Order: sequence, then C-alpha cells, then structure tokens
Amino acid sequence: MGVGGFFTGKLDEAIGWARKYSIFQYPFVTACCGMEYMATACSHYDVDRFGAGLPRFSPRQADVLFVVGTISHKMAPVLKRIYDQMCEPKWVVAFGVCTCTGGFYDNYATVMGIDTIIPVDVYIPGCPPRPESVLDGLMKLQDKIAAGTQRY
Amino acid sequence: MDGQVILARLTAAFGGRILETHDYRGDHSAMVDRSAVLDVLEFCRDDPALRFDVLMDLTAVDYLKYPGREFGPRFEVVYHLYSLPCNHRVRLQVRVEEDEAHVPSAVGLWPIANWFEREVWDMFGIRFDGHPDLRRLLMYEEFEGHPLRKDYPVNKRQPLIGPRI
Repeated sequence: MGVGGFFTGKLDEAIGWARKYSIFQYPFVTACCGMEYMATACSHYDVDRFGAGLPRFSPRQADVLFVVGTISHKMAPVLKRIYDQMCEPKWVVAFGVCTCTGGFYDNYATVMGIDTIIPVDVYIPGCPPRPESVLDGLMKLQDKIAAGTQRY
Repeated sequence: MDGQVILARLTAAFGGRILETHDYRGDHSAMVDRSAVLDVLEFCRDDPALRFDVLMDLTAVDYLKYPGREFGPRFEVVYHLYSLPCNHRVRLQVRVEEDEAHVPSAVGLWPIANWFEREVWDMFGIRFDGHPDLRRLLMYEEFEGHPLRKDYPVNKRQPLIGPRI
C-alpha cells in the first residue's frame, strides 16, 4: 500500500466513523410497529445513544429510511418516491416482519416484502420487534456504514 | 325498547314488505324487501318511539356456496342501527341478486352512509342508486374486481409497481 492509499484508507475510516454516529432517519411509519419505534426512540431505550436521535420528516434531509409497518400495494408507489427523493449516501431498514416478507398478510392488498420495491440494508424481524432487536439492527447498520467504501 | 317490540312495530307499519324477522340472544334482525328499504330506514330514524339516530354500520355479505344458501339471492346488504336516546339496536338486511346488485343509497338519511357505501361498492361490487360519488374507497382506481367477493381468486395480486407474481 502506498502513502496515498494509506491516507485514503484512513480518510474512509474517519468518514465512516462520522457517518455511523450521525444517522438522520426518515421514519416511514404506517402501522402498529410505529409504537415500538416510538418506544425505542424515547428516553428508556434512547436511540440517541447511537447518534440516531434526530428524525427528519423530509426525505431530502435524511440518510436512513426506516420503513416501519405494513406496506400495501396502494402505498408502494409513495414509498418508492420517498426513497428516490433521498440523497446519496442512503440506507434502508426494514422494521418488522411485514416489511421484511409481508408477514402473515398473504392477500390482495399487501406487498410481500419491501425488497421487491427498494433495496434493503438491514432486516429487523419481529411482530413487532422488541426495542432490543431494533437497537441490535441499528448497530448492525452502523457496522455496515462504517465498513463500506465511503463516497464523498 | 325491547327488540321484540321494535320488530313488531316495524311489521305493523310495513306488513308484507318486512319479509321475515329473526331474534337470537337479544340480537334482533328484520329482512326487508329492497323496494322498501329507504322507507323502513327513514321510519326507523324518524319514528318517535324508535329514534334510531345512528347508522352504526353498513356492510354486505357474500353467500356464494354458503351451506343452506346455495339457491336464492347471492348478496345481503346489512344495516346496523343504534338509538342514542333510547339505547336500543336493530339490524336490517336486504337480499340482492348478483345480476342486479344495486340498492337505494342511504346518504340522504345519514351522511356517514357515503363512505360505508363506497366501501361496499369497492369490496363487493354492489352499486348504490343515487349515491353522489360512488368511487372506490380502499383500493386504488386501477384495481380490477372486488376482493371480498367469494369468487375473487385468493392468489390474485394486482401490484402497482414491483414484480407481478
């Protein structure tokens, strides 16, 4: 590794470290998982410890899309548009089993997993997931953010 | 007022247009002829002894291949009425054939019927004559068919975007 490669690698690490502790999330809350999301965000479990304490309710200011709750076929184009409006770099978390696979809703109305529409980085299963598993998923996302190649 | 008395009052007022009445464990129902349904609903709302001021629910049932109901009208439109001042309830049912699946609209009596009837049209494909704005309520405009009909294919999916399974 040359001197240039050394410095780029260190810069990547520094930017990755900064990005993983400054997660601005966009909560796309459609169903009951939202209650568990709120429990995780509030002071008892305190998502702010991981630098993810400031939800932005505009997709243009957010870099992690939290899809929380069942997505119906009627809602799918809206979710796709929200995803397209977010700036790079961006990540997606599927929160709850409905967003992962459709859950028990195998019917005419429900999307069978949001990964049929948009790419997903972290899946958090559960109906709804406990705050501990949400925090576990969040830490997995942090590892993924820090380990990836940083584009800037 | 006791449910039996309500049913007796309806039968006395409308006679043969109340096709049958039913009473099971305190739930009282009356089967109403379709031509009379608006008159019966209006009577229920305005009669000083009944005073049914709330349309609690308006829904439908598909009796396709239902044991014991193989013959005869396929659908039933169901009205649940409640009276706040008298604290009593009654259920009215209207049988509807599949080839002429339409019922007079109750929007003129209770404005809440607007969305109830749009939902019934969306889910069962029963039309409501005189409804001001009979569009789908829950499904999207591109959706074909009526998903709560018993002959809607259980595996049929109509996604707007994404893979067509």
